[in-house]
Amino acid sequence: MSRIGVFVCHCGLNIAKTVRVSELAQFASTLPDVVVAKDYKFMCSTPGQEMIANDIKEHRLDRVIITACSPLMHEQTFRKVLAASGLNQYLLTIVNIREQVSWVTHDIEEGTSKAKALLNGAVYRARLLAPLTSRVIDVNPDVMVVGGGIAGIQAALELANTGKKVYLVEKNSTIGGHMAQFDKTFPTLDCSACILTPKMDSVLQNKNITLMTYCEVTEVKGFVGNFDITVQQKARYVDHNKCNACMTCMEKCPGKGISEWDESLVKRKAIYIPFPQAVPQKPIIDKEVCTYFLKGKCRLCEKVCEQKAIDFEQQDSFVQVKVGAVIVATGYDLMDTRPLVQYGYGKYPGVYNALEVERLFNSAGPTGGKVTLRDGKEPQTIAILHCIGSRDKNHYEHCSRVCCMYSLKFAHLFKEKTSADVYQFYIDIRAAGKGYEEFYNRVIEEDVKFIRGKAARVAQNTDEPGRLIVEAEDTITGKFVKLPVDMVVLSPAIVPRSDSKDLARLFNLSTDKQGFFMERHPKLAPLSTMSEGIFIAGVCQSPKDIPDTVAQANGAAAEALTIIVKDKMELEATTAMVNPASCSGCQNCVRVCPYGAPSFNYDKWVSEINEALCKGCGLCAAVCPSSAIIARHFTNEQVLAEMEGLMEF
Amino acid sequence: MAFEPKILGIACNWCTYTGADLAGTTRLLYPQNLRVVRVMCSSRINPSFIFRAFQLGADGVFVGGCHPGDCHYNTGNLYARRRLAVTKKILEFAGLEPGRFRVEWISASEGNKFAEVVQEFTAQIKNLGPQTKLKIQK
Repeated sequence: MSRIGVFVCHCGLNIAKTVRVSELAQFASTLPDVVVAKDYKFMCSTPGQEMIANDIKEHRLDRVIITACSPLMHEQTFRKVLAASGLNQYLLTIVNIREQVSWVTHDIEEGTSKAKALLNGAVYRARLLAPLTSRVIDVNPDVMVVGGGIAGIQAALELANTGKKVYLVEKNSTIGGHMAQFDKTFPTLDCSACILTPKMDSVLQNKNITLMTYCEVTEVKGFVGNFDITVQQKARYVDHNKCNACMTCMEKCPGKGISEWDESLVKRKAIYIPFPQAVPQKPIIDKEVCTYFLKGKCRLCEKVCEQKAIDFEQQDSFVQVKVGAVIVATGYDLMDTRPLVQYGYGKYPGVYNALEVERLFNSAGPTGGKVTLRDGKEPQTIAILHCIGSRDKNHYEHCSRVCCMYSLKFAHLFKEKTSADVYQFYIDIRAAGKGYEEFYNRVIEEDVKFIRGKAARVAQNTDEPGRLIVEAEDTITGKFVKLPVDMVVLSPAIVPRSDSKDLARLFNLSTDKQGFFMERHPKLAPLSTMSEGIFIAGVCQSPKDIPDTVAQANGAAAEALTIIVKDKMELEATTAMVNPASCSGCQNCVRVCPYGAPSFNYDKWVSEINEALCKGCGLCAAVCPSSAIIARHFTNEQVLAEMEGLMEF
Repeated sequence: MAFEPKILGIACNWCTYTGADLAGTTRLLYPQNLRVVRVMCSSRINPSFIFRAFQLGADGVFVGGCHPGDCHYNTGNLYARRRLAVTKKILEFAGLEPGRFRVEWISASEGNKFAEVVQEFTAQIKNLGPQTKLKIQK
């Protein structure tokens, strides 16, 4: 016998308009084990909550049913009422008669009878509910940040400044990310390096940050509060503890590789630092192009190194890192535009992608900041093509968000550095951001020409060999445009990193249609993920500009802090458990669980579930042939009883 | 009186249940014959739930989960998809009309789809008439 209290909410007229609420409460009082049933205007208001709390005491209720809006709305609110009244919070049942009844019908008869059926089901279920206790675990106070671009740097610094220990893991040999490749940033035209390099240096100087460059995460075990992460330190062939960054080795090295940093526009040495302001400012050897690794002799770098820092025998090593929370800030790739053959990237030397142009503008870039074509000449006419691959149902449907603004920035810089005519081929100009529209207006006044129409094709100019022609439909005049140009700049779609699927698998992240990491809730939990304790920041979540990235990084740092400032934390109690007496040892549960929560105990020949890893989906309960697994709060008995109640009316 | 079928729905908390909420928030109208049980994942659904629903007198049973590949728990709905496909075959083998059991993938943002599916399915069950094959007569 249980003592159930039923509380029917009017939600003003939201429910009361199409459900006869007092009749529903009257009906409830006739159901088994219901000792009190009431209706009230707003159950979630303070007087409503007080009424429930009083009735719990007065009628010694041991189950509470709230018949109101969706459990996704106010389940937490009412759980707190139960907890404050000394009742286990899992003894609450919510009946959704607003979103799934009163709002989807105009017929009060229909509404009332469906509400009765739902309420009856809830009473049947409530009688079988069991109190659940959350497990309390210790929390590791350190954080790992994956990705050393501006998002990762910002998040790491914020956390380190609160005194927390941070491991910053970066795949490349330097931090800085894409932002370090840029010349100027829109709309203020701040020099990117001037605002970023001091931050990179702060990372290096900060005692709370353990910088792990040229490293990759290879395994993630554990759960919120207690992650156990394996990081692979790739062999650098240079002992960074001995190296004093004299760079003599780089001068002498005969090997040649392609500079990733300068977007393959120039060559670099086999032993190299990506760029002069790199952090850490110490070289690594690129095994693929090193003469010694290729031909078995050379070792010039070793001969000139006074510090004896060169170590050809160095191997990859693995480091175990234990943290309480993780921030994933792994950034993006630009779409490879070569398959879009109509734009001629990779075919015509005059066609560039946006990042290559960033390097051309940069005084530390391959041309020393001079805008010249691959043949060394200054372009006379330049076309910037927007939305290459983005806003395109054949490729990526999403808007890459920053291309309009950087294309405007390019136009401004082209005007500043050359005497060229600059054309923008655009679909719409999206300049939503502080100071963005103003910047757009400024660029319009700088005599940049705007052609509203997506470029259809870049072709060789048959009249003037070596020059190109951009073809598009100008949708304002309705005319077909054929513009002879010297240089074409493509603004390719911003896409998830090529290895983002591996990361998603490692950290158990969901990805959206395009492959960007999914947030827990698009509006109210944009930095959390479905994996408890793992947060996302920056473009790995979706394309965004630097201000938004930095804001997200700060937010993710704050979210991570909310976990690690506590010594202990409570885990969700609706997990699965094994009844060892019924377990047949088939290990179906071990095979199907995406979280590795069940493991097999070979001594006892039964499965055991680690509650800290269990997310409570109930998959294992359904695959268990002997019904030995109990999905707490969604047990077979509870679900079947609810169904029985629903089908009675 | 016209036949008003009883339809049992089992919906994943993260997608179809939330999609059903969205149908409400956007005030889409659909017939009130469907009663939904919320589970955390479509993979929680044991085929016995489906059989039991028909035994209890459900005229139709509807299961809603996340789109394959979009499971909140990564892979749960892929298991559900196979299991429910087999369940459907067994139901038909037992003599139940094929149209009485339906599985749909409805995301949290597809309130429209939820309402459409409920309308369609309810009409279909009305056409089929009362389910007697598996119902336990009291």
